Amino acid sequence: MIRVAGLEVGFGHGRRRVHAVQNVSFTVPEGASYGLVGESGSGKTTALRAIAALVPPAAGRIEVDGRQVAARPDRAFRKKVQMVFQDPYGSLHPRHTVDRILREPCRIHGLGDIDGRIGHMLAEVGLGPAFRFRFPHQLSGGQRQRVAIARALILEPRVLLLDEPTSALDVSVQAEILNLLGDLRAARGLTFLFVSHNLAVVAQMCERVAVMMNGRVVEEADAGQLAAGALAHPYARQLLQASRGYDRELARSLVRFE
Amino acid sequence: MRLEVEKLSVRFPTPTGVVEAVRGVSFAMGAEKLGIVGESGSGKSTLGRAILRLIAPPGEVRAERLAFDGTDLLAADRRTLRRIRGGRIAMVLQDPKFSLNPVMTVGRQIEEAVRVHGRTGRREARERALAMLEAVRIRDPARVYGAWPHELSGGMGQRAMIAIMLAAGPELLIADEPTSALDVTVQMQVLAILDDLVAERGMGLVLISHDLDLVASFCDRVLVMYAGRVVESLPAGELHQATHPYTRGLLACLPDIARPRRRLPVLERDPAWATEELP
Ligand SMILES: Nc1ncnc2c1ncn2[C@@H]1O[C@H](COP(=O)(O)OP(=O)(O)OP(=O)(O)O)[C@@H](O)[C@H]1O
Ligand SMILES: Nc1ncnc2c1ncn2[C@@H]1O[C@H](COP(=O)(O)OP(=O)(O)OP(=O)(O)O)[C@@H](O)[C@H]1O
Ligand SMILES: [Mg+2]
Ligand SMILES: [Mg+2]
Repeated sequence: MIRVAGLEVGFGHGRRRVHAVQNVSFTVPEGASYGLVGESGSGKTTALRAIAALVPPAAGRIEVDGRQVAARPDRAFRKKVQMVFQDPYGSLHPRHTVDRILREPCRIHGLGDIDGRIGHMLAEVGLGPAFRFRFPHQLSGGQRQRVAIARALILEPRVLLLDEPTSALDVSVQAEILNLLGDLRAARGLTFLFVSHNLAVVAQMCERVAVMMNGRVVEEADAGQLAAGALAHPYARQLLQASRGYDRELARSLVRFE
Repeated sequence: MRLEVEKLSVRFPTPTGVVEAVRGVSFAMGAEKLGIVGESGSGKSTLGRAILRLIAPPGEVRAERLAFDGTDLLAADRRTLRRIRGGRIAMVLQDPKFSLNPVMTVGRQIEEAVRVHGRTGRREARERALAMLEAVRIRDPARVYGAWPHELSGGMGQRAMIAIMLAAGPELLIADEPTSALDVTVQMQVLAILDDLVAERGMGLVLISHDLDLVASFCDRVLVMYAGRVVESLPAGELHQATHPYTRGLLACLPDIARPRRRLPVLERDPAWATEELP
């Protein structure tokens, strides 16, 4: 469903050029969930934005559903591929009600029965009708993230690009959102690309995972290898060790790979 | 460094009624790592902000005692508060995107903190700022020094915030989810810096976090908050043996890397938790 080959993305020019994504390739079959983990600043968000056609690739090829992603994709693509952003506080318009936040994309895409859709979508993400006319600041972090997911799903996309959808949430709300995403994927056959710093969350949600460092994918593994701790790249091994909790000695021994 | 909090409460009057965000929280701490955990909306950030007197009206803060090294923070005038906030107590806010100034480069923001702290010259401030960025494991300190906040990744912004706070050299640091956007290796290195400041410089650290495993392994002591109250307080190393059903419920929600499940348990709340007598 998603095929990325030799992807390069950069920002700025000349000496100030940042090579955010360098020669990244991976494939996500239809209905699968693929995890991206790795260093902060390693290009995970940028890779997602390139797939969503929000930043132009400098080189390489991105295909979604068998077609190359255009620089200015059409409506059909926008409807098919939706992104849930890293920051649940900043990604909802502060002065729009939940109803308006969900209504706008439906209008833009000319969908019918908008009222029915909104009610149905809210129920599907576990928000009752009482939430429909609230503003984002009147919602808790978890409720806001449900609205963000509802906004992404209301267009009935086939691909969801999820950028740390639960890192700002408490563990109970995280469990609710992960269960919800799992249920929706099963019910609708969605394809996920899932960015997270939490390896346990990735192990829970994804069949395959790529480890990124400094703009590159340094290792690809399946969920079984991740659960068994069987990763080979030294940076990936370091990630596994560090995910077992704080350890002053380990902190001292961590090295940076170039 | 000693912080004393007795029966602290915070209320927000709103058009639809009064929100009692913090209800009678008491604790005292010295040069140690105190973790605060609890579900979303339980009052963790509000408690942190109340200690720094950052609750804006119409919010109301009340306490039988709120003292920092003997200074009564509730009675302190604005000048005293400003002095304490700028240097002696610092807070890393939960959302870096809101707390970084969008129209000032990252380096300038750290320099400002350096210069408020000790009358340093331009050059030295720049060097200190670059050293801070290096300390929080930014790969390319010189670039990030000159970058605007919107050019940073989520975790870089968070580390810039931490660098600003470290530049101020506080005696008490209240860190609200300071590492939620960092990968676990960088997170551990940033925590090691804070750990050393506590051990070597006698800094007090309040770490607010959703990450129960992290708090259990990093902190000395944990307060567990529910509906504005501390329902359980225990040594961090014993968090996994917590007895309160709420704390146990939170622990049960955690996914386990070695044992993925089809569905994760979610918290079943008991209304009694909000009102029960506490030990
Ligand atoms: N608009 C931009 N202008 C300049 N540089 C940028 C821009 N957006 C991202 N970058 C740079 O690209 C690199 C990759 O950033 P990206 O946000 O993709 O990282 P990430 O892997 O998502 O990190 P995190 O886990 O911290 O969110 C970083 O060095 C960042 O500073
Ligand atoms: N300015 C305000 N006006 C009204 N209510 C508020 C205000 N600030 C906070 N609250 C309410 O106080 C309660 C505690 O909020 P707080 O932000 O302290 O929670 P938290 O434990 O930090 O949650 P999270 O883990 O989601 O950050 C919540 O119910 C919140 O809605
Ligand atoms: Mg990111
Ligand atoms: Mg908070």
